[in-house]
Amino acid sequence: MARLLAILLMLALALPARAQDAFIDALAGLGGGFGAQAEAADRLGTLGDPRAIAPMRALSDGRLLRRADGTLIIRTDGGAIEAATGAPADATGAETVRINNRVRVALRGALGKLQLVSPDAGERLAAAEAVFRSPSAENVPLLDAALARETQPRIRERMELALAASRLVATDAAQKRAGIATLGASSSPEARAILLEARAQNADLLAEIEAAVAAIDRRLAVRRAAETFFQGLSLGSVLLLAALGLAVTFGVMGVINMAHGEFVMLGAYTTFLVQQALRDIPGLAPFALPLSIPAAFLVAGLGGLLMERGLIRHLYGRPLETLLLTFGVGMMIQQAVRLAFGAQNREVTSPPWMQGTLLLPFDIPVTANRLWILLFSLAFFVLIVAAIRFTRFGLEMRAVTQRRPIAAAMGIRTGRVDALTFAFGSGIAGIAGVALSQIDNVSPNLGTGYIIDSFLVVVFGGVGSLAGTLIASFGLGLINKVLEPWAGAVLAKVFVLVAVMVFIQRRPRGLFPQKGRAAEA
Amino acid sequence: MSATTLDAAPSRLRLGLRAGMIGAVCLLAAFPVLNQLPETHALHVSDFLVSVSGKWICYAILALSLDLAWGYAGILSLGHGAFFALGGYAMGMHLMRLIGPRGVYGHPVLPDFMVFLGYRELPWYWLGFDSFAFAMLMVLLVPGMLALVLGWLCFRSRITGVYLSIITQAMTYALMLAFFRNDMGFGGNNGFTDFKELLGMPLNTGAARATLFYASLVSLVVCYLLCRWMTATKYGRVLTAIRDAESRVRFLGYDVTRHKLFAFVASAMMAGLAGALYVPQVGIINPGEFSPGNSIEAVVWVAVGGRGTLVGAVLGAFSVNGLKTWLTSAAPDLWLFVLGGLFVAVTLFLPKGLIGLLQGRGK
Amino acid sequence: MTDVTRISRRAALMGFGATLAAPAIGPAFGQGAPIKVGVLHSLSGTMAISETALRDTVLMMVNWINGRGGLLGRRVEAVVVDPASNWPLFAEKARELLQVHRVDVTFGCWTSVSRKSVLPVFEELNGMLFYPVQYEGEEESRNIFYTGAAPNQQAIPAVEYLMSADGGGARRIALLGTDYVYPRTTNRILRAFLNSKGIADADILEEYTPFGHSDWQGIVARVKRFAGEGKKTAIVSTINGDANVPFYRELGNQGIKAEDIPSVAFSVGEEELAGIDTRPLVGHLAAWNYFMSVQSPANTEFLNLWRAYINNPRRVTNDPMEATYVGFKMWAQAVAAAGTTGVDAVRTAMYGQKVDAPSGFTLEMHRNHHLSKPVMIGEVQADGQFNTVWKTPGPIVAENWSPFIPENANRRRG
Repeated sequence: MARLLAILLMLALALPARAQDAFIDALAGLGGGFGAQAEAADRLGTLGDPRAIAPMRALSDGRLLRRADGTLIIRTDGGAIEAATGAPADATGAETVRINNRVRVALRGALGKLQLVSPDAGERLAAAEAVFRSPSAENVPLLDAALARETQPRIRERMELALAASRLVATDAAQKRAGIATLGASSSPEARAILLEARAQNADLLAEIEAAVAAIDRRLAVRRAAETFFQGLSLGSVLLLAALGLAVTFGVMGVINMAHGEFVMLGAYTTFLVQQALRDIPGLAPFALPLSIPAAFLVAGLGGLLMERGLIRHLYGRPLETLLLTFGVGMMIQQAVRLAFGAQNREVTSPPWMQGTLLLPFDIPVTANRLWILLFSLAFFVLIVAAIRFTRFGLEMRAVTQRRPIAAAMGIRTGRVDALTFAFGSGIAGIAGVALSQIDNVSPNLGTGYIIDSFLVVVFGGVGSLAGTLIASFGLGLINKVLEPWAGAVLAKVFVLVAVMVFIQRRPRGLFPQKGRAAEA
Repeated sequence: MSATTLDAAPSRLRLGLRAGMIGAVCLLAAFPVLNQLPETHALHVSDFLVSVSGKWICYAILALSLDLAWGYAGILSLGHGAFFALGGYAMGMHLMRLIGPRGVYGHPVLPDFMVFLGYRELPWYWLGFDSFAFAMLMVLLVPGMLALVLGWLCFRSRITGVYLSIITQAMTYALMLAFFRNDMGFGGNNGFTDFKELLGMPLNTGAARATLFYASLVSLVVCYLLCRWMTATKYGRVLTAIRDAESRVRFLGYDVTRHKLFAFVASAMMAGLAGALYVPQVGIINPGEFSPGNSIEAVVWVAVGGRGTLVGAVLGAFSVNGLKTWLTSAAPDLWLFVLGGLFVAVTLFLPKGLIGLLQGRGK
Repeated sequence: MTDVTRISRRAALMGFGATLAAPAIGPAFGQGAPIKVGVLHSLSGTMAISETALRDTVLMMVNWINGRGGLLGRRVEAVVVDPASNWPLFAEKARELLQVHRVDVTFGCWTSVSRKSVLPVFEELNGMLFYPVQYEGEEESRNIFYTGAAPNQQAIPAVEYLMSADGGGARRIALLGTDYVYPRTTNRILRAFLNSKGIADADILEEYTPFGHSDWQGIVARVKRFAGEGKKTAIVSTINGDANVPFYRELGNQGIKAEDIPSVAFSVGEEELAGIDTRPLVGHLAAWNYFMSVQSPANTEFLNLWRAYINNPRRVTNDPMEATYVGFKMWAQAVAAAGTTGVDAVRTAMYGQKVDAPSGFTLEMHRNHHLSKPVMIGEVQADGQFNTVWKTPGPIVAENWSPFIPENANRRRG
């Protein structure tokens, strides 16, 4: 660490005095028009003066201000400093300097060059990435120098790719060949893009480039299949979450709950409310999402309890009429939420650990939010199955659904069990809403989009069978995603719907039909 | 579940209802005539009321068809809107062909949407729709065939109850997604609009509206009589028996599949007819008609009016839609509460629907 | 069911309607029945998310004009109906507004299909509709004034920007849209335009998704692959309303940065961004004719009016709201100029009517029933607002019949 700093310092001191003036000269450009800014960033990157890092970072983060006299000021946590000297400055009346994408690209490249030897490993990795994306012949010596010092294999790998990419735009044919070979040995889609882009300028190396691209393609094919598989699982987990509550209320109790989607929506709005309430409490704010899970369960479960006790209980034995009733209730809940929260979307932010892309083994990229939702849905499924199988409440629930009169004769208060079961199913729907708030709109229409799929999943899996629901949702998710590249998003869905309809012809009671007398009811 | 239809009800009520029905039909039939009175006249019926009640009549036919399937054969179809929409599309295709060179781009054959989507010639499935007779045939045949295939598959496999409901819902949902696609050649989301004429009548005139109104009213009466006839004969008795105890009827040696299939196909054709009458009156057909919500709404009309009574279905369609028309203007923010509340109240307190209310009073 | 409860239910329903119909009490007005303004925006169903803000804007303007003594000395009264995102219901409600409520003008519709649905009604009954949303063009009704953008006032300048040095110099374009007529037509026009700029069909990807599409994993991954073919790539999005939130979330999570693959959207405004965490999206673009962040005296007035009316400092404004605002002001001016609310007289008075719009430009209504409008490209900021990075020097006249659609050459109407 100290050695690195020393090298940095030596680099800075070794620069002749004129170069320091050049820094001041170039710096002024950062406050100019977009063209001037991009040019200034390029110059600052080439100059190699580490003082340029702070103002360029500030510019890309929107913290660089310009006073009326043209002085550039960096807004810091505590106050403000002058960009040129680092001296404290007065930021009153200064305006934020705006940038556009062209400037962002230039800044990224320039910062990458300057930070290749940064003491911070994360910065070096980002720098290698940035330099990789803006290859130029002048990066070659910089990368050579950085590689000589780099010890971390992950960063080295990235730097070598960046070096290869920069070599590819050099003039020396041997260097180009080396670059192509390195890029071809990777399994990076970006490397593939760089190779393809190089085709136009390198007609003489076309054969090598094509071979390198083909090599990358072979490695990517496997990864692409894995990606599709994950996408299917992810869609399946969303279907599972949406359908689980229904599998209880519809599958176990036989209530056609058209307001199921509205309970999902209530769960999503609960997430929003919890997040709003905890926003200004520093200790709790990061836990808003986990805390939303019990909150949503309670809100939706309470809603379900009220609905069951107040309305549905009068309709047992008339399942099709519950459809009508719950349709009406769903309409009212939706409109009530619309009037209370407005028709617009509500913003539910994702915690940092649910943002961005994660790399699984073999460099398979998966989005963090979907991975978490997948894991959550599986864990949640296990929990529900366990609750039904191993708790007293689960036992009573199964008893009541299997033979109500016998259960009552055994002393089970069937009314109470009905109410709790419905509340339980509704609560599960609420929890699904917490998860869905991370990938979909939080709007009054949220639930409407899932209700049909949910019913289909439950029926396909076999009414009354939680395992069937699990298999059905993942099965349908996978089939949908495998078909999608061939048929397009819409037709894939149509095919899945038709396939399910045909399947039910063959097995009228789903994948896992209920056996015994209950099945005939 | 009470299987009592009106036949079992006291005769005084039956007579009263029959008189009420005939009176209501006569009153409706007078609408276009009263429309001709000066606006200041106390009995004047506005253009709006004529056009909107024409629409309600179409909904009533749809409700009637659904009641035949649900109320008598026990087939709760959550996809009847699909048959309605298919009939509407068949009629819409005819209307589009009649526009001819009067479209925006002036193409002699192709409808506007095909012109700007780059079609060179008419897709094969559009051929023949320039003929009114062919189009009317399709209005009945397309929904009928779909019902035949779906019904045959389902009834043969003895799919009943909620399973059947979910399958029909999936059917209408799949059709909606398919029709939304612009590549299907049915105009995508926009569907068909800007119709010009039908059978030589320009559509934007009072005369055309009155004609369509009477056509719908006559269709309603004919469909009602047809349903009555079907349900009052021995066939209808068997159907009701199937609804109440399918297995027993099967063991008695009846061909359950064929009985149900006949009712389902007839019902789908009626729904198609309703759609065909609906489209020229509202001036648009688009995939939104396939949306599962619409089909559920139709079920709601039947339930509100009184399932298993043909008059009830008609009454339900008129009252719910009338209420909706009124409330979406009178209480635009709150109408969903009123309508939703009505559905809840009807299921809880009026299990036999509005007709049940009348029956109760008749006793 | 007893008679008592029946009656009380009916009474309750009636009371309902009565309270809502009760007129607001305002300043004293001169003689004459009130002028009626119809508001035909969905307040329930899928489009409520976008359209309720437009209802509020019209109500705000009605308030505003009554506060200034009304129009022609008469009070202005809004008639609000809910067409519930149901297209045939739009036609029914349009007829009701015109025939039962006898409104003098109507502000309404968002989707093209709703406009297509009411158009024959407005033409038959000679009504007047102000349509405030950007659309695909290819239409010109004498009964409609279009205050949103035509494709040449939004789509083409935006793509030109993407291809410029400042926009990143894109040479490969992914056209993503919801499968309906606006994206289809816009993309057809854009394809012809791109071809004319030397971009081959192989460098154009066109993908359509259904309304409310929420699973964008596959498509975003495909765009990434499309971008990996070695040319600077950009996304042009005509994705509609609801589907945008999951789309942008996926874009952010799959790490598509604006520096690498910039996207420009035509249907994403401040209102849509209000539902998303925009920090990962900084630098992505939208093309409109107005942004809330525009600095102009007219915009300050608009924002103050809006905040006072809606009484919520966090509610944003957007382009269709501005188009409604401009349309209303223009209509009021035309009525004042014509001295009557008669549709034919007002229509004539509308031509050449000018308004200082919040966008900072003076907009004019042309005889093609479309407004001249400036085009602005804005970058998404971390706070959910847009920063204008490019704009036309002045308003552009609408080409509602696009020269890029060859069939327009032998169009019937002129």
